[in-house]
Amino acid sequence: MAELEQKQVDKEGQKKGRKKRSTRIDLTPMVDLGFLLVTFFMLTTNFSKPQTMEINMPFRDGKQPTPESKSVHIIIDDESKLYWYRGFANKPLDPLVETNFSANGIRKILLEKNSTIENMVVLIKPTGNARYKNIVDILDEMNIVGVKRYAIVDLDPADIDLLKKNNKW
Amino acid sequence: MPKVKIPRKSTLIDMTAMCDVAFLLLTFFMLTTQFKSDESVIVDTPSSISEIKLPDTDILNISITTDGKVFFNIDNKNFAREKLLAKISEKYPELQFTAEEERAFVLTGSIGVPLNELKGYLGLEEVDRKMYNQPGIPVDSTNNELSTWIMQGRLSNPNVRITIKGDQGCPWPTVKKVINTLQDRNVNKFNLITDLEADPNKLKGI
Repeated sequence: MAELEQKQVDKEGQKKGRKKRSTRIDLTPMVDLGFLLVTFFMLTTNFSKPQTMEINMPFRDGKQPTPESKSVHIIIDDESKLYWYRGFANKPLDPLVETNFSANGIRKILLEKNSTIENMVVLIKPTGNARYKNIVDILDEMNIVGVKRYAIVDLDPADIDLLKKNNKW
Repeated sequence: MPKVKIPRKSTLIDMTAMCDVAFLLLTFFMLTTQFKSDESVIVDTPSSISEIKLPDTDILNISITTDGKVFFNIDNKNFAREKLLAKISEKYPELQFTAEEERAFVLTGSIGVPLNELKGYLGLEEVDRKMYNQPGIPVDSTNNELSTWIMQGRLSNPNVRITIKGDQGCPWPTVKKVINTLQDRNVNKFNLITDLEADPNKLKGI
């Protein structure tokens, strides 16, 4: 296909017209160049567009009291430790329990509570030791479990008292 | 004994097929590529199951590094960056920028210097600017420059969407300061930039 038609050679072996030349080219440098550019594009490209998580903070002024029996409080201590309780800090309905970020930890508790308590409200209270990752993880758990109402709030002095009472502070 | 003759074979291979593959891949990468932004701030975002994609434009981004430094960035749609710098010098008459500094501001990525160092930072050569150790924008309650940046940024591009890009390890109190600053400016809705993680509910379905 790629070869050109050759001119006929006469009986004496003398060539008429052009010399016969191969039309094959050495493609190695072209392949080199091709892969060089491929490598360049592979290294400079970024495929994954960043994902985002939308969050709505409650308005500052409108403080809504949450019914104590429906509010689940999660206190984030650090990378591995979380505490949760239900009700008010000075008289919790479910006592303060330590748990963790695993599927058998907080997720199990939230799933159970979400199915038993109607209109559950989760209050997320990070301590000063908490890292940004922990907050994102816990917000993620809210999405996984399907908790509709949750808020990030400050740690109360009453919460610190409760932690102290349980020797966790 | 007669010698066994091994017929010599040419070591040349036909490169056409390989060439085809190389250029096929090249075409693919050239068409799909989106260059990594020239970002001086390194932030390792946490992962979440959220799958909302981020648009390319109309973004006002606040980055927070592991050591709690805060950086500000806005994309230059409708010359938002030029407008922003003009508004900054309007508000702070002691800060007047030359055309060169203005150009540097438009081309540079995230800003992480206090306002009083901004002029000096923009005056640097491009290479030096990349090497410059930016101290981060102050977000303390006494001197909250981030608040100014956010307000002027929103005035320069009213359609802007505010995102926070925090590092996994950055301490929560810093993030909280940033969020409080946003709420002081009546921004109650914003996006957190995350990486993708598998959703356990979807995994169950498979």
